[in-house]
Amino acid sequence: MSDALLAIRGLTKAYPGVVANSDVSFDIRPSSVHALLGENGAGKSTLVKTIYGLVRPDAGTMTLAGQPYAPPEPRAARAAGVAMVFQHFSLFDALSVAENIALGMEDPPPLRDLSARIAQVSRDYGLPLDPNRIVGDLSAGERQRVEIIRCLLQSPRLLIMDEPTSVLTPQEVEILFRTLRKLREEGLAILYISHKLEEIRVLCEEATILRGGRVVATCDPQRTSARRMAEMMVGGTLKTPARAAHPGGDTVLDVQGLSAPSPRPHGTALRGVTFSVARGEVLGIGGVAGNGQDELLLALSGEMRTAPGMVRLKGELVGSLRPSARRARGLLCAPEERMGHAAAPDMTLTENAFLSGRLRERLARRGFVNWTAARGFAERIIRDFDVRTPGPSAAARSLSGGNLQKFVIGREILQRPEVLIVNQPTWGVDASAAAAIRQALLDLASQGAAVVVVSQDLDELMEISDRFAALNEGRLSPARPARGLTVEEIGLMLGGAHGMEVAHAH
Amino acid sequence: MIILEKRPNPSRAWALATPVLAVLATMIVGGLLFAMLGKDPVLTIRTIFWDPLFGPFGSYTRPQLLIKAGPLILIATGLSFGFRAGIWNIGAEGQYILGALTGAAAGLALYPSESRLIFPLMVAAGALGGMAWALIPALLKVRFGTNEILVSLMLVYVATNLLAYAALGPLQNPEGMGFPGSRNLSQWPSSANLELLTGTGLHWGVVAAGVAVVGAYVLLARHAFGFAVRLAGQAPRAAAFAGVSPSRLVLACMAISGGLAGLAGVFEVTGPAGQIGIDFGVGYGFTAIIVAFLGRLHPLGILLAGLLMALTYIGGEMAQTQLGLPGAAVQLFQGMLLFFLLAMDVLTQFRLRWKGASPVIVATAKPVEGAR
Repeated sequence: MSDALLAIRGLTKAYPGVVANSDVSFDIRPSSVHALLGENGAGKSTLVKTIYGLVRPDAGTMTLAGQPYAPPEPRAARAAGVAMVFQHFSLFDALSVAENIALGMEDPPPLRDLSARIAQVSRDYGLPLDPNRIVGDLSAGERQRVEIIRCLLQSPRLLIMDEPTSVLTPQEVEILFRTLRKLREEGLAILYISHKLEEIRVLCEEATILRGGRVVATCDPQRTSARRMAEMMVGGTLKTPARAAHPGGDTVLDVQGLSAPSPRPHGTALRGVTFSVARGEVLGIGGVAGNGQDELLLALSGEMRTAPGMVRLKGELVGSLRPSARRARGLLCAPEERMGHAAAPDMTLTENAFLSGRLRERLARRGFVNWTAARGFAERIIRDFDVRTPGPSAAARSLSGGNLQKFVIGREILQRPEVLIVNQPTWGVDASAAAAIRQALLDLASQGAAVVVVSQDLDELMEISDRFAALNEGRLSPARPARGLTVEEIGLMLGGAHGMEVAHAH
Repeated sequence: MIILEKRPNPSRAWALATPVLAVLATMIVGGLLFAMLGKDPVLTIRTIFWDPLFGPFGSYTRPQLLIKAGPLILIATGLSFGFRAGIWNIGAEGQYILGALTGAAAGLALYPSESRLIFPLMVAAGALGGMAWALIPALLKVRFGTNEILVSLMLVYVATNLLAYAALGPLQNPEGMGFPGSRNLSQWPSSANLELLTGTGLHWGVVAAGVAVVGAYVLLARHAFGFAVRLAGQAPRAAAFAGVSPSRLVLACMAISGGLAGLAGVFEVTGPAGQIGIDFGVGYGFTAIIVAFLGRLHPLGILLAGLLMALTYIGGEMAQTQLGLPGAAVQLFQGMLLFFLLAMDVLTQFRLRWKGASPVIVATAKPVEGAR
């Protein structure tokens, strides 16, 4: 008790209609990496925001190193020695690393001194980073290092990390873990939030598991199996996705030498991407975000058009066709960004069902929408994919990330695609929903559809893909059978650790 | 300290209440303004809002209500499509003038023959004229990426000059003894757009406005085009994913708003205005922008907003003539209405929360989490 750095006692926070945290108590010891586990909506982020001063609890107390601790805002939390690395970075692409870090400081030193300190911290903790580079040119892993170094410059006592490895290559994860272990040796406490249970088993020595806003278990992750932890999170047993048949069909989607500039600034151009998928097959495309995934999806969905011959569907040249024409021919997509791309946040689920289902579900006649049919389609998605929502009249933005993802994937699967392309199908989705989505993708493949899964989650790709290819700086590696690939081989296909050469330069 | 908190769902109740609140706030602040100008605020507000309908000159001013509201509603309904989709046609005034010019020209070309077909021909020519004028900024935007706000606005001034040229040149009345202006179209039976029911102000333009409101409602609620318009405005990337072509949407929305503005112009020139004159453009095209937003870009809202705006126009004129209120004060009053509406709009998306003053010193530098 007395050796705790941060002691949390009876924290409770309720929002209208939902109790996010209910009587949460646990201790974080100095010199330890403490895992916080739970499904989406289990109350992890509310808890972390409370610790970081973004949310004020309704009841309960916190003590930091023996002193009462109730930060009214993040500034107070930082002053008390609590730092946080968010899952989504808040960096300005057009500014340099040092300038970005200076922006976050209360009283920044002259830029040259700051650069020197950044270089110093970067060397001390094995986080290769050049303070003078422009953030827009950095990989996701390097951006994360900017955020971590920004925190370390405040000499924190407690570092909170929210899903830090979701954007990293295996090699970058190694670098991060080495840094975290070093910080732990120096006495820092780290609160580590992740869905990746194997990582937690390697890194953490204590885990607190939340479910429905309550602490349901604490365990020693090094002595608990990943499966056991997942079951404690879910409160039931987990099913491993299984598939009925294996592929052997004819090629339906054939992409040849797909090259295109990115439509966005700081985007990645596609360079000669070539692959093909057969009926009944799942092709996994791995890679760290920002290596052309979004551009590949746009080129396949038809939102970005290319030369006709670059994309062939069942032998037909479709590279210059618009999204609706491709949909009519059986090529369907589910983009990564749920809010604002795959779905319109302020529209109802019925309207969002119409959004992509109009043609194949015949939801309009002579341009006039059949809202009854659209509503029926939305209800079917909600039922078949276990979307938790009051009903089809709910606005898309009122759904949790996992539920909206189930809706978006279900909407495309129920339209009986011949080729389905999904980007990050389980990003930010909890374990049981992720398993359901993967199972649905496998079922679709065994019914004879070709499925392309673009994901950063290598475990996921290894679990469901027949073949695996890696996207790196807009180039796609040749696809290899997924079975038997080692983590090292995959890491090399992904292009290794970004920015290692910078570290040696210093 | 008051803080704004984003609502999980936009409040339906506030969406309906804010226009009413905006009108009330305008009345209060407007009343203060009038009081400072030395006028009796209650009497002034009554003159503007009450007298046009029920005052001693009601039988003259009541028909004016529909005559003024008709073009406003017609133009605003057209504009609402583009505004919903994020396409900003600011040049409806120019399209309105062009509609009047092409409509009048089509009719005058056939003067003095008598036919029932001349009026429909003029209406069609007016709609096409307005549409063509609106398609100039649309095509430039689609082809060269120009800004439709600037181009459509600048074309208003081109249209004003075309109007002056036509009134003094090709469309000038040969029997007008050199005065600027065309023949009087409302006195030529083939082109006259007369009151359909005596004493109501109801003419074909008002009928067209009613049809436009119903049509817009059906399009937005039941048609895939309306869905595409709403989707493109709310989530442009989702619209691209759904297969909505941004270029086609720009062309369609500009064509609709231009066409309806042109219609308003031709109904005006054949009825209430009567002729092409240098002073034909009185700003309906600009006021319609206010009407569109006051009506929350919703067809029924626009109907009500058009009537309200017409009321303040007529009432404002009465306040000028009867109470000697300066014209600028009336315009200020109308501008206030839009200002308050937009300000109150915050309440539909956010809720106000009172927060006790924090003991911590006020931040001098914002933490970077907020700087997205």
